[in-house]
Amino acid sequence: MHTRNLLSIKDLTRVEAFELLDTAHELSRITDGAIKKLPTLRGRTVVNLFFEDSTRTRLSFEAAAKRLSADVINFSAKGSSVSKGESLKDTAQTLEAMGAELIIIRHGASGSAQRLAESGWIKAHVVNAGDGTHEHPTQALLDAFTIRSHFPAHKTDFQGLRIGIVGDILHSRVARSDALLLTMLGAKVTLIAPPTLIPIGVESWPVNVSYSLDEEIPALDAVMMLRVQSERMDDAFFPTEREYSRDYGLTTERLRALKKSAIIMHPGPMNRGLEISAASADSEQSVILEQVANGVVVRMAVLYLLMGGAPIPTEGVLV
Amino acid sequence: MSIVLEQSEISRSLKRIAHEIIEHNHGLDSVVLLGIPTRGVTLAQRIGAFLASIDSPVPVGVLDITMYRDDLRLRPPRPLVPTQIPSVGIQGKDVVLVDDVLFSGRTIRAALDALGELGRPKTVQLAVLIDRGHRELPIRADYVGKNIPTNARETVRVQLLEVDGTDQVEVGNIEVGNIEVGI
Amino acid sequence: MRNNDFLLKNAVLADGVAVDVEVRSDRISRISPGITSELPNIDVKGNYLLPGLVDLHTHLREPGKENSETIATGSRAAVIGGYTAVSAMANTSPVADTAGVVEQVARLGKAAGLCDVYPIGAVTVGLKGDSLSEISAMAQSAARVRIFSDDGNCVSDPLLMRRALEYVKTFGGVIAQHAQEPKLTAGAQMNEGAVSSRLGLKGWPAVAEESIIARDILMAHYVQSRLHICHLTTKGGVELVRWAKSQGISVTAEVTPHHLLLTDDLAEGYDPIYKVNPPLRTQADVDALRTGLADGTIDIVATDHAPHPSEDKDCEWAAAAFGMVGLETALSVVVQSLIKTGLMSWPTLVNRMSTTPAKIAGYEDHYGIEIGSFANFIVVDPNAEWKVNRNQLHSRSNNTPFAEMVLPATVVHTFYRGVHVVRDGQLTGMKYE
Repeated sequence: MHTRNLLSIKDLTRVEAFELLDTAHELSRITDGAIKKLPTLRGRTVVNLFFEDSTRTRLSFEAAAKRLSADVINFSAKGSSVSKGESLKDTAQTLEAMGAELIIIRHGASGSAQRLAESGWIKAHVVNAGDGTHEHPTQALLDAFTIRSHFPAHKTDFQGLRIGIVGDILHSRVARSDALLLTMLGAKVTLIAPPTLIPIGVESWPVNVSYSLDEEIPALDAVMMLRVQSERMDDAFFPTEREYSRDYGLTTERLRALKKSAIIMHPGPMNRGLEISAASADSEQSVILEQVANGVVVRMAVLYLLMGGAPIPTEGVLV
Repeated sequence: MSIVLEQSEISRSLKRIAHEIIEHNHGLDSVVLLGIPTRGVTLAQRIGAFLASIDSPVPVGVLDITMYRDDLRLRPPRPLVPTQIPSVGIQGKDVVLVDDVLFSGRTIRAALDALGELGRPKTVQLAVLIDRGHRELPIRADYVGKNIPTNARETVRVQLLEVDGTDQVEVGNIEVGNIEVGI
Repeated sequence: MRNNDFLLKNAVLADGVAVDVEVRSDRISRISPGITSELPNIDVKGNYLLPGLVDLHTHLREPGKENSETIATGSRAAVIGGYTAVSAMANTSPVADTAGVVEQVARLGKAAGLCDVYPIGAVTVGLKGDSLSEISAMAQSAARVRIFSDDGNCVSDPLLMRRALEYVKTFGGVIAQHAQEPKLTAGAQMNEGAVSSRLGLKGWPAVAEESIIARDILMAHYVQSRLHICHLTTKGGVELVRWAKSQGISVTAEVTPHHLLLTDDLAEGYDPIYKVNPPLRTQADVDALRTGLADGTIDIVATDHAPHPSEDKDCEWAAAAFGMVGLETALSVVVQSLIKTGLMSWPTLVNRMSTTPAKIAGYEDHYGIEIGSFANFIVVDPNAEWKVNRNQLHSRSNNTPFAEMVLPATVVHTFYRGVHVVRDGQLTGMKYE
């Protein structure tokens, strides 16, 4: 990969994205069997710098790093959030002084990963594990990996696949990364939400927008249900949970309208009964647990591909 | 760049290695060939073909050592090649690792680590087309196509028909750009 | 002050007329071509002689935030940028909502002695938007405050805004509104549009600004008072002001230099140097602002000079402070945006950056270059270029979005009440006493 950080899907070309998925695929083959641990990153230090609670994402990155034999430092900085702005810089510099070569950052402020990588504060590689309402690129990669594993005919091109992303697009970093990645890979992405949860300016995204899940659902090959946070109700994004669920939830009736070949996805954690019914979440078409499993190999691939050295210099001794 | 091995010489070397493998192992009953990508795989297939024509077919597999290298910090990451272990497995077998160039020995060290994760062969042997010296580890080849004395700043470039469109081995000086060097 | 008397030779006024100007006892004593005098001569070599610039919107941070700026350091930045009058915004700590604070600011300005520092008074106590501050006391104080603003906050309560507009009529004051509907902009980070949708930064809709402008225009008309719109940033806002003026409503408006040159896509790198309130908008807005300033819909340029210490900008976007320094770059940015583009002439620039702001605020010592008036003027080389160096600013803070840009026009000399405070672009160390 040409990038030394993974801050946004925009850091990847289409070819690199497929290479990354291929690498993840090979890693899943290797680590499926007897081998649980590879020595690739032995002696190298990876930091999980989490300013927000996200046990799932942190554990997934931690497992990925450990399976590559990296030393992992977990740093939970919850509480020292945006009110103390300099804490991001100071914390990152402290961690680098401890030997961190790669920092995985989860932060409530959009752009914080990019700031960390590009402000000259540190030299370490940076992986964005979710920044505010901006992006969550490794989630999108594991989503693409999961979709690919269910549509082998689309191994090298997602053209012809129709993917619906349903729910709180406005506040979703997953939706942003998914929309960018899946369209880059060739899929047709439709964002489905009430207008209050669609960002102003969405027409600059490479996607379709629909206000009706019922109209869209029969054509979808994959439906990605986003978590709805009930505090959004307080800001009048929708009147009640019941009304939201009726219009935009993956109910049991809508499950029946879905193609039999279609898969059901959710980045987790789910609100069963709100954006997704228990029957949908547990149906045979649901791949939600596979997404979790795939997260580890995809993140292994990211760590491996980012932590390589620069191309061989023209001068210098070869080993 | 000067050519040090031509097509006919490569072929003769591999055929000789095939004979040596049969001789050394008193037959081929428990021999498994594992090529190290990229060109080691091609060489393993060619040796396998010679073995089949001289004696009997042997299982030929692929051992990707990318994730076992210790030089990730120094070089760009490489794409992974699927490791393919023949269905007979490697447990109790005489495994012959096949690579194109033996240089520092670090690739083979990585291969031994990778192999160790997969099982416990009876013996592990090493066949290389070129041994260019400059070992950094206590590793030697059991079967060598040709010893080519080099200095450390020279490059040895093995080209094979299946991968590169031609069969030859060249020695040259380090150039800017796309270099492949055995380690 | 007698030793400050001098003769300025070979000056060219904004309209192209070549003159010499004689200054005696702080004031202009003669303006005409070919003056000879025994006084020391200052040859300005055909450069422009313009009235000192007048800023109606300057955050000098003193009292309370002296690590960002002081009245003294802000005055230095002002005269380097060609300003001989600035208006100190009320959002200090304590807030300038009493006669005591505004008099202190005025006193500190006099002590600095580089330019006139006119305090702006807060509309509401503590800028909290709950109750009117003692506006009349500030107006009658030694600081003679005429502009009142809660800048930084919008006077969003319509009833309070109505009362404020009515109240300042007693002494001909003006309410300078920071037009920002607070609920529509809660937590907002940048202009709402394509860029914010991609960056995941909370959007700041143009309508949040325009709805307040529309409301207050109607209100000013209704109560027959004077409204001044701070830092207009949207195309829609320009249209509203244009309509108001066509109706004869007494509204004036300002635009900042940065909104005349920069657009919201600069936020793409999440560098908070581009984080400002109101936010950078789109190119269509910039174009409308330029046209509006050129045709007089927008009356003046105001810097909204907003210094912040580096730790408030060297952080993630959401944690960073809003604002940009602007005093030292304002003239050049306006020349770049409007004169280099052929939209505006030098006399119009003088009108927008000096004469009209002085008239809106009633700064009588800054009404222009006339015999008998205070010698507040600057010499500008319109053909020179300079590269903005963040580390060579005179402000205590260096949060300029223009760093490394090459901009046209330099301020060669600044004279404040006849005192040669800037010579060849450098502070002389002299001040008016």
